[in-house]
Amino acid sequence: MNDNTFSAESVHGAAPGDAVPADHDAAAIDADWPLYEVFVRGKRGLNHVHVGSLHAADDQMALRHARDVYTRRNEGVSIWVVRADAITASSPTEKDPFFAPSGDKVYRHPTFYSIPDNVPHM
Amino acid sequence: MHTANDDTTDHDSAYSGLVDLDEHDQWAFGTSFDDPLAGVDTTLADGIDGADLATYCLMLGDDALICAQRLTQWCAHAPELEEEVALANIGLDLLGQARLLLARAAAADPSVVPALPVGSPVPAEDALAFFRDESDFRCLRLVELDNGDFACSVVRLLAFSAHRLALLARLRASRDPVLAAVAAKGVKEVTYHRDYAARWLITLAQGTDESRRRTTEAIALVWPYVAEMFDPHPVEKRLAAAEAAVDSSTVRPEFDAVMTEIFTAAGLPHPQAVAAARVGGRAGRDGIHTEALGFLLAEMQSVARAHPTGRW
Repeated sequence: MNDNTFSAESVHGAAPGDAVPADHDAAAIDADWPLYEVFVRGKRGLNHVHVGSLHAADDQMALRHARDVYTRRNEGVSIWVVRADAITASSPTEKDPFFAPSGDKVYRHPTFYSIPDNVPHM
Repeated sequence: MHTANDDTTDHDSAYSGLVDLDEHDQWAFGTSFDDPLAGVDTTLADGIDGADLATYCLMLGDDALICAQRLTQWCAHAPELEEEVALANIGLDLLGQARLLLARAAAADPSVVPALPVGSPVPAEDALAFFRDESDFRCLRLVELDNGDFACSVVRLLAFSAHRLALLARLRASRDPVLAAVAAKGVKEVTYHRDYAARWLITLAQGTDESRRRTTEAIALVWPYVAEMFDPHPVEKRLAAAEAAVDSSTVRPEFDAVMTEIFTAAGLPHPQAVAAARVGGRAGRDGIHTEALGFLLAEMQSVARAHPTGRW
């Protein structure tokens, strides 16, 4: 019996690290379902809005889980799901070069036009 | 119904078109709830016996109630959080159906409702759910069986929802307007339940050796109780003749066709099982149940029974 048998990781059921040989090959079933991001178009809104995330084994299951988890209170008329690892996100470290330059360009807003009453959803 | 193009639409706010003007407007999400019995005539149609209708409503209502209770027992035990919410949602759908059906039973024949102390605020449908004894329950034995493992619950839900969907689809034409309305609401719900269970059955059967073994064992446990679902009770036959109910033996071909499709997709043989024995020719519809129902009712009813004048 060596010390590694009772390492903190194994006691707490943590996932084996890279150094620990897994007892199944790469084709075996992953115990953790991949993460999906969920977008719902509500009756009130015009766009699909990000509402949260969930785990599912595949796209169809993700859609059904989204229905069960995020539209229980009559929120939605349409759902999009996408695997979280398929999303390319901007980095927080790039916040300033990305977004600060638009902070003072007031002329880019259509505030100098009068919007007719019957133009909705501006 | 309100639309953004009504003449009365307020153009002061560009966002007003996004807000529906139904009630419950205080909620940011989730609006426009429908009352399934809104505008439904609740008087008893000619040629429909009140006592028979009450018994039939108890049968369908108890199926939903007991199945809902079993699904609820998965809370905090399901294999994944998302599945837990899915199972609870299905249970809530069925509980909603049970509530309407038990209320209809009480309206059709008030004598079925257990007597409670004077001044008790318990509504009739709650009295039927929480103060009836086991032998007065009319549910199928299939719905009262222990949950077993996840595969067992999936197989039971598949059999039950396929049976109930076929039944409710026909019941939409019932001469009893309340039954027809409950069926119209229920068809949409149970369609999802059957889809949920069928997908899981195929997934489990095509998964690992272990999941397939458990699924096969689950089918062997559940299928003896399938035949009972299609055994029409005399009350059911009388009401079917009055075009108020559906003779459950008539939905067997549809059930079998759906099962053939699903079991073929799952790569499983079509289940063959010897039907569970009846007791003196009687079973769940007659109030003869398995030992599982007593334990279920004890858990479900004990708090309500301890406080018969309680307000919840």
